[in-house]
Amino acid sequence: MGPINKEAVQAALNEFENQDLYLHLETTNGAYAAHRQESQMAVCAYIRNGRIRYHRGVVSGDGPFRVGLKMDQGWVYAEGLTDYEVDSEGRLLMAGHDREGRLAVALELSRTPFRV
Amino acid sequence: MERHVLVVFPHPDDETFSSGGTIAMHTQAGTPVTYVCGTLGEMGRNMGKPFFATRESLPQVREQELREACQVLGIRDLRLLGLRDKTVEFEDREALAERIRDIILELKPSLVITHYPGFAVHPDHNALGAATVRAVEMLPKDQRPTVHCSAFSRDAREKLGYPDVINDVSSVLDVKMAAIRAHRSQSEAMLKNLEEQLAKNPDAARRMEAERSKESYYTYRFAD
Repeated sequence: MGPINKEAVQAALNEFENQDLYLHLETTNGAYAAHRQESQMAVCAYIRNGRIRYHRGVVSGDGPFRVGLKMDQGWVYAEGLTDYEVDSEGRLLMAGHDREGRLAVALELSRTPFRV
Repeated sequence: MERHVLVVFPHPDDETFSSGGTIAMHTQAGTPVTYVCGTLGEMGRNMGKPFFATRESLPQVREQELREACQVLGIRDLRLLGLRDKTVEFEDREALAERIRDIILELKPSLVITHYPGFAVHPDHNALGAATVRAVEMLPKDQRPTVHCSAFSRDAREKLGYPDVINDVSSVLDVKMAAIRAHRSQSEAMLKNLEEQLAKNPDAARRMEAERSKESYYTYRFAD
């Protein structure tokens, strides 16, 4: 996984258009956020193996990047994406890492289910 | 000396950060230690610094790191429960407790180390700690091993008082540090910060080292 190349990510998003896909979408600030600083609260949400199909997928911004996937009935959205890879299984993995290298957001697309 | 120590925590690295020294002292004394690890920490956000793991490669990375840490600590029996990070509290607690009880019946440990339910910050810690306490509670009173619970929530001191077991692990601190380094994806950022601290503020760094040299537990008191 390395820094997002906008053209390469756009090309990958185009390749996933109009197909039944599996989605991994998450955002997290860490399970210890509230423990480390009381004014904070731990926030996390994830969907693993959500089924989606989109007809328009766009990567936007100058980095960190945003991705929007337009579906017949709704949207998938992620902000803060910094890195990507198309892995050996042909999945598009995108993530946003902070300065400590910690993952803060992830958006991944696959034609086969992600391992649980 | 304990006959057999059973350690039950949900994530690869919980054993090292909370109990690495205690485990090393037991294994060096010749006591077998079994680690029952609930998940592979699949949803951890530390990926190394600079990051080298992805959300999808993290489980394999962490399992490998865990096996290395176990080797460093002298743990010869590692068992993975196959649960998923962040979801332990949503599992059927009684069924989970039965799985742990079966392991206790098989190994007959004299000591069980786990998280103190309600006082261990991460929901997975609290849930697996509760299932482990429940597992011991299922046994007849005279067959129950001692249970030492790790508690580090902000209200632990206020609500539980001072821990009654404080292990000085300074004699095996190098082993504990090697196990921390083995959990590279999870410890790299922390260790780099520590090095910077050490250069900037040696006193604070020394205090942190002193803290790592002590591992404290509350002996769980069963209602009956």
